[in-house]
Amino acid sequence: MIRLKLRPRPGMVCRQAVELVMDYVDGALSSAQRLRFERHLTACLDCPEYLAQTRAVITLAGSITPDDLTPRMRSELTGLYRRWLSDKS
Amino acid sequence: MIEDPDAELLSRLRAGDEGAFAELAGKYQSAMLSLARGYVPTGAVAEEVVQDAWVGVLRGVDRFEHRSTLRTWLFRILVNRAISAGVRERRSVPVDDLEQVVDASRFDAGGTWQVPPEPWADQVDDRVIAAKMAARIRAAIGELPLHQREVVTLRDVQGLSSEEVCVILGISQANQRVLLHRGRGKLRQIIESEFGRGR
Repeated sequence: MIRLKLRPRPGMVCRQAVELVMDYVDGALSSAQRLRFERHLTACLDCPEYLAQTRAVITLAGSITPDDLTPRMRSELTGLYRRWLSDKS
Repeated sequence: MIEDPDAELLSRLRAGDEGAFAELAGKYQSAMLSLARGYVPTGAVAEEVVQDAWVGVLRGVDRFEHRSTLRTWLFRILVNRAISAGVRERRSVPVDDLEQVVDASRFDAGGTWQVPPEPWADQVDDRVIAAKMAARIRAAIGELPLHQREVVTLRDVQGLSSEEVCVILGISQANQRVLLHRGRGKLRQIIESEFGRGR
């Protein structure tokens, strides 16, 4: 079997890792990229916090509840719906 | 037919259930307003556009064929109305690829953190602090550049998929990713500067 001799790739640095964090959390990295990224994470003191913060931002944004409809909007929309229903029948 | 999180609301709405319409409106109205606002000059015009979109939704809902999720279809109607009403054309989104999510000065010459992120992520376990952070994020989303705001609102606040967002906004997957990346990066930065503990 012939083994290809690959030049060892230098490890990922933090500046590169932070640019990949979003794609990592969205599962958009190739498996090779993901491996390199995860290898960096285990060796780095600070990037795990950066990753955790990114996840936290997404969770926090997802926890935002939509504004309630104002009474005026609500009554206008109800009017629209009733008109639609009566036009239909 | 694709799986639709609003399938049940849709059938109730079609069956004449007023509550279902109110629920749907409650779920999407604020995102619709903020999206519309990007195309038209005033909040009042944005409200008209949203209203007009709801008329379009009701008019089309019996013929809606599930080729997309209901919400994708609904937001598409909105964006189309907003474009017709607006001063701004839907455009390819210019993205500055050189813009970094973390300021370059925070890394040393080798690319290692020199000013590392100030820790705060563990604080989200505290419900009181998490609520404060969420309120700050909500305000900060409103201050993001328009395209980032659109993408962050649809993806992270509304929980739509990247495919849905690309269809709604008429942008490429690559574009969508960069916008989301930048937008989330700014939100993280804001929370860090206000809630991070210096070390």
